[in-house]
Amino acid sequence: MYEIRLHSRGGQGGVTAAKLMALAAFRDGKYATAAPFYGAERRGAPIVSFIRIDDEPIKIYSQIHQPDLVVVLDPSIIDLVNVFDGLKPDGKVLINAPSVPESVKKYQAYAVDLTGIALKTNLVVAGSPILNTPVIGALAKMGLFSRESARTAITEMFADERNLNAAMMAYEELVI
Amino acid sequence: MLTISTGNNAVAAAVREAKPAVVAAYPITPQTEIVEQIANFVTNGSLKSSYIPVESEHSAMAACIGASITGVRTFTATSSHGLLYMQEMVNWAAGARLPIVMANVNRALGPGWNVWAEHTDSLQSRDTGWLQVYVATVQEAYDATLMAFRIAEDRRVYLPVMVNLDGFALSHITQQLEEVKAGDFIPPLVLDHKIDTDNPGGYGCMTSSVDYVRIRYDIERSMRDSVSVIRETEEEFAKRFGRSYSWTDNYRCDDAEILVLSMGTLGKEAEVAIDLLRKEGIKVGSMRLRWLRPFPDLDLRDRELVVIDRNYSFGFGGILAGSIRAKTGKECYNVIAGLGGQEVTYHDIASFVRNRKIGTEEWFGVKA
Repeated sequence: MYEIRLHSRGGQGGVTAAKLMALAAFRDGKYATAAPFYGAERRGAPIVSFIRIDDEPIKIYSQIHQPDLVVVLDPSIIDLVNVFDGLKPDGKVLINAPSVPESVKKYQAYAVDLTGIALKTNLVVAGSPILNTPVIGALAKMGLFSRESARTAITEMFADERNLNAAMMAYEELVI
Repeated sequence: MLTISTGNNAVAAAVREAKPAVVAAYPITPQTEIVEQIANFVTNGSLKSSYIPVESEHSAMAACIGASITGVRTFTATSSHGLLYMQEMVNWAAGARLPIVMANVNRALGPGWNVWAEHTDSLQSRDTGWLQVYVATVQEAYDATLMAFRIAEDRRVYLPVMVNLDGFALSHITQQLEEVKAGDFIPPLVLDHKIDTDNPGGYGCMTSSVDYVRIRYDIERSMRDSVSVIRETEEEFAKRFGRSYSWTDNYRCDDAEILVLSMGTLGKEAEVAIDLLRKEGIKVGSMRLRWLRPFPDLDLRDRELVVIDRNYSFGFGGILAGSIRAKTGKECYNVIAGLGGQEVTYHDIASFVRNRKIGTEEWFGVKA
């Protein structure tokens, strides 16, 4: 089983990103669950989602304490929450930033400027860049699911092609 | 069609397939997505229902009662304080023998204010005459909701059915879902005692104890008859759609010397604990109760029982443990766990089994 913990702020699309990840893995023929953890938080507060991918049906409903991958949609959360808590020794990090911040370099970390990509592709709603579809492209590049399944998942959920464009740009931009 | 869905959206999808004529509902966390989605279906024309956005849960059930007595299919959904607020009408719906289907998204009761999973809300309705089923996966939420209409509307039952799913843990998780074409699996509703304007009758009249006792006994008789209706319905469902359900969801029980009994999502998490314990050589199985009313016959034999209650009856104990004790005379190790959404992992469940002390009660996470 591959376990992913996704950190974002309320309103940034972390919950939708988690669903898209599950859908893309599902389209790869895997079993997948996405469980957002709802605290008392509201818009702007740090929130976390749990995604599990496996070849067998998944029966676990509790939180992920030892993730294989940590995804950080908002790097400012790193100062507030220990997003790396329990990360497996060979675990990976994907962070939304132009480059891997100094404090994160001790992990096997990858950076992609999702915010910049959203702005470049005009994927902006009510003044906020949308991160939930671009991150799917980056995760496909990391091998979480195929690029084709990422494409399928995004087009199943969103008609607006800016989403797919941004995801494919993230796929191209992320250096592995 | 195979897709992914949340538990809430799965319930809404099943309701769309069952095509109730009337849906009356009031939103409440964590049920909101169900009624929101049904409202979407009604707006986009994929469900041709009268959707009544009422001003309270009491009115939601009252509207369902009013609609149901005219002989049409009805649905509502609620949670926690919403269920308690409609409690008077919940009792009335069963007493009036109306086959209303309701989804209850299990949530703790305040204060302290808490929106996460617990079963104490629906268990306060266990003596109302409603049938109660508790589900543990998105697919089961869908399947149980579809079956609920057929069971409730069967002439041998004519009682309302409550489908219970854990708040957030199941209502908001995304898993795979296969929707079905119900076709004639749910036959048109024929309510023998519906209002007939050509033959006016009295409903809800003052009733002396002589008739009242007979009316109450008739509820119990139908509750007992529902046992075979549930079995037939689940068998027919398996035949048509390939997924089998029963009174309990048993996992590695056959040769088990210890059983973990629970309800809802904890029962699925328990299966992971069972695998862990089996590797340690402990012969244990998981028995997840699906139906609480009617209460099933349980195949417990002489096995040791670890009962997890995500609920509590103050001054008494865990309600599932108490029910098992009353029905079978068997003692158990009763763990009160998961209240207010308390996280219970499979590691925790495994430790309940390892540290079991039959005949005692323990509150997980509380130092006595």
